[in-house]
Amino acid sequence: MSADEVGADEVWAALDEIPDPEIPVISLVELGVIRDVTVDGVRVRVELTPTFLGCPALEAMKRALAEKVAELGAEPEVAVITDDSWSTDRISSAGREKLREAGFAPPAPRAAGATTLVQLQSKAFRCPYCDSTETRLENIFGPTPCRSLRWCESCRQPFEQFKTI
Amino acid sequence: MRAQRVLELADDELILGWRDSEWTGIAPTLEEDVAFSSIAQNEIGHARALYEVAAAELDTDADALAFDRAPGEYRCAQLVELRLMDWAHTIARRYLYEEADRVRIDALRRSDDAELAGLAAKIDREETYHRLHAEMWAGRLRDEPRFRSAVEELWPYALGVLDPELRPELARRVGLRVDSTQAVDRGAHTPELEELWNEMTEVRGSAPGQQW
Repeated sequence: MSADEVGADEVWAALDEIPDPEIPVISLVELGVIRDVTVDGVRVRVELTPTFLGCPALEAMKRALAEKVAELGAEPEVAVITDDSWSTDRISSAGREKLREAGFAPPAPRAAGATTLVQLQSKAFRCPYCDSTETRLENIFGPTPCRSLRWCESCRQPFEQFKTI
Repeated sequence: MRAQRVLELADDELILGWRDSEWTGIAPTLEEDVAFSSIAQNEIGHARALYEVAAAELDTDADALAFDRAPGEYRCAQLVELRLMDWAHTIARRYLYEEADRVRIDALRRSDDAELAGLAAKIDREETYHRLHAEMWAGRLRDEPRFRSAVEELWPYALGVLDPELRPELARRVGLRVDSTQAVDRGAHTPELEELWNEMTEVRGSAPGQQW
């Protein structure tokens, strides 16, 4: 590595400073959407996996990643990977805790097989405000593709639940 | 050939996304306003990803494929084109489309085309939630005569979403018959597609070549 090249670790650390455009308490690295970083001379290739394909924040994420790599003096290439390598299981434990603190219930772990209505209606979902599991599904869909709406019977508040995908 | 097959899927998702979005603000409940808006956003997102696959092969871009073709060049099934004005038909279409799409996505996930198989697996994760929504409504309306007759009316259109070899699986899943039904095959379009196309391309057409 010559003096003007950046290291992959340095790139990862820089990318970890980029907040998610819609939920800025969590970084793109904590969200698990950066699949790979490869350094080849002055070129840095970043592989980004969208959360949901319809996520309107995708363009903003691509721009932010390219700008951050350019700030390190490298030439960015951001590749969007649309296979199923991202799932909500890739959100880091630090990221999950930050989501909870911000009032978003983190996603349940992926089970074998597809999510069922019975699972969504079970008492396994914890309110991010009062920790009660006395919560019920209000709507599978919410304000963004990645979230559902639930209601906490204990503290009588609605909250947003990350969908498991 | 591959691009043309991908366009069938992409056009289905785009046009149904537009039709579903027509319920935004006027669905029978606030929760369904949110649900239909979110489902529409997902379907259009799937269309975008699929158009990008086709665009790479056809040396164009996703927006050009979505908006710059003439209505007759779209490859969508007639099921997604229909302008449905009542809730029973709308739910019947969502239910039938999700069941047909599940059969098609399953087949694509098993295909030798690694790029499409990967994308199909990604789409499948999101579609899980659309299916839950459709199943919940289909269960709720199962014994309603209006819903049953809407399902029967749309059944020939639902068959047309799939290639003939996949149709028996759809029939098995929804409990209807293939052999006694004349499917509305892909190829011809309803007049409703052109009306929708005029609306969805109006802004882009007002300033050709503009960067938005």
